[in-house]
Amino acid sequence: MGLRDLSVSHQVGLLFVALFGVLALVTLVTFVRSFGAPGPERRTLQESFVRGLRAVWIGATIFWISWAAGPFVSTLLFGFVSFLALREFVTLTHTRRGDHRSLLLAFFVVLPLQYVLVGTRLFNAFTVFIPVYVFFAIPVVSALANDPFHFLERTAKIQWGITVCVYGLSHTPALLLLDLPNWRERGAFLVFYLVIVVATAQLAQELASRRLRRRPVARAISRSFSWRAWLAGAAAAAVVGALLYWTTPFKPLPSMAMGAIAGATGTLGQFVMDALKRDAGVRTWSGRASVTGAVGLLDRVAPLCFAAPVFFHSVRWYFGI
Amino acid sequence: MKLPEVAGLALAFVARLITGAQGHWYGAPPKAEQRIYFANHQSHFDWVLIWASLPRELRAVTRPIAARDYWTSTPLKHWITREIFNAVYVSRERKDAEDPLEPLLEALRHGDSLVIFPEGTRGHAGDPAPFKSGLYALALAFPEVQLIPAWIDNVQRVMPKGEVVPVPILCTVTFGAPLSLLPAEDRRVFLDRARAAVIALREVA
Repeated sequence: MGLRDLSVSHQVGLLFVALFGVLALVTLVTFVRSFGAPGPERRTLQESFVRGLRAVWIGATIFWISWAAGPFVSTLLFGFVSFLALREFVTLTHTRRGDHRSLLLAFFVVLPLQYVLVGTRLFNAFTVFIPVYVFFAIPVVSALANDPFHFLERTAKIQWGITVCVYGLSHTPALLLLDLPNWRERGAFLVFYLVIVVATAQLAQELASRRLRRRPVARAISRSFSWRAWLAGAAAAAVVGALLYWTTPFKPLPSMAMGAIAGATGTLGQFVMDALKRDAGVRTWSGRASVTGAVGLLDRVAPLCFAAPVFFHSVRWYFGI
Repeated sequence: MKLPEVAGLALAFVARLITGAQGHWYGAPPKAEQRIYFANHQSHFDWVLIWASLPRELRAVTRPIAARDYWTSTPLKHWITREIFNAVYVSRERKDAEDPLEPLLEALRHGDSLVIFPEGTRGHAGDPAPFKSGLYALALAFPEVQLIPAWIDNVQRVMPKGEVVPVPILCTVTFGAPLSLLPAEDRRVFLDRARAAVIALREVA
């Protein structure tokens, strides 16, 4: 009996066994290897690898919960992650008193509404709600606060935070609900595919940048980002994407292309987030040295925030829906 | 579990959801010793933030100061401050016969810890205002009680003056090393030293 003959839930079940099995194995190996006494250089390499690995664990667990609990709970879960990410983002930007009402609007109206639109599958409304209506509403509310100081800057920051943390991330649960031809009830595979491909790109880029030691493209923003490493990340994502084609509604070649697109946008998204961190004066926020005491969730989900909308619309465009 | 306990847990959860309420302990671990925490004051939210950032077992024995006329004016306000926070009520109007610090001294004699905001009123962003002398009087009366400075960061962004709904922004409370009154230390010198200890935590945070 081939894999394709199994029922959908059996296929997904197998996927989990395989995924968590591989993860457990890699974690175990990393753990055992951490007992040696490595030099400082190896240690930083190890640390960043562990960081990446942790991100994969988180992604895998989120994926598992969203599959096990159904679309409603998973939408709620991603909504909560969005909330935490936006909270972290707003903490890092310097808002003023006059932004109070706009921020309330963002947190307590825009965020829930966007996820309601996702949950009710109103995809057209969901696509334009933030770029059109919220884009219009936020500056109006800000202007009503009667504070012209750095108005454009402040408004732009709020808009940007909403776009990344709410709009971007909300495309991930939207994948679960996408009604593709011959692909009903299997949205979880697409989320899985996206998460794995993006995490692979991140991990591969991280490793490649250590190995290749290329000159960074933008030293002031990231010491490790180079075009070669980025390409390595995208290539790894493409390979994994092609290998995972059977979990997607795509044929192998389009699956490879989708993997490359998602991986490349994810790592570039991370690069943009590095720039943002530098601007906010945070060097690393991986839980130990953060000004705000934030747990660094934004760091984990940022690649997804950037990759998800591009991936989502590529899929819709590909199938013409 | 009784209603006030449940309400307290719910309130602490909401405070953590909105502000993170991260407590950072530099110089003194969170222990169940009798203490007076003193902090900068920028928002109505300050007390809740300090309270939520304390470990759960310390919350029950750490009490805020509440103005009697305001916090007992409605049954709900009275219930919240009395049942959840176990507040020490003080009168804002000074009567000749009684010492305004008497309720605080009473609480300290009872073995409770206190949280006070020695600026007396909510300040604006920037440096805290000069401290009022209550802290000195308490330190003089109870030399064995630890005086812990605390710096509350970011909270003015959560709820600026005049707003009622808080915006979710991460805040931290940084607790510093205990201070004590030196022998024969002048009142003003001590209060300035205490204020400097609070301000110094801003750099640590």
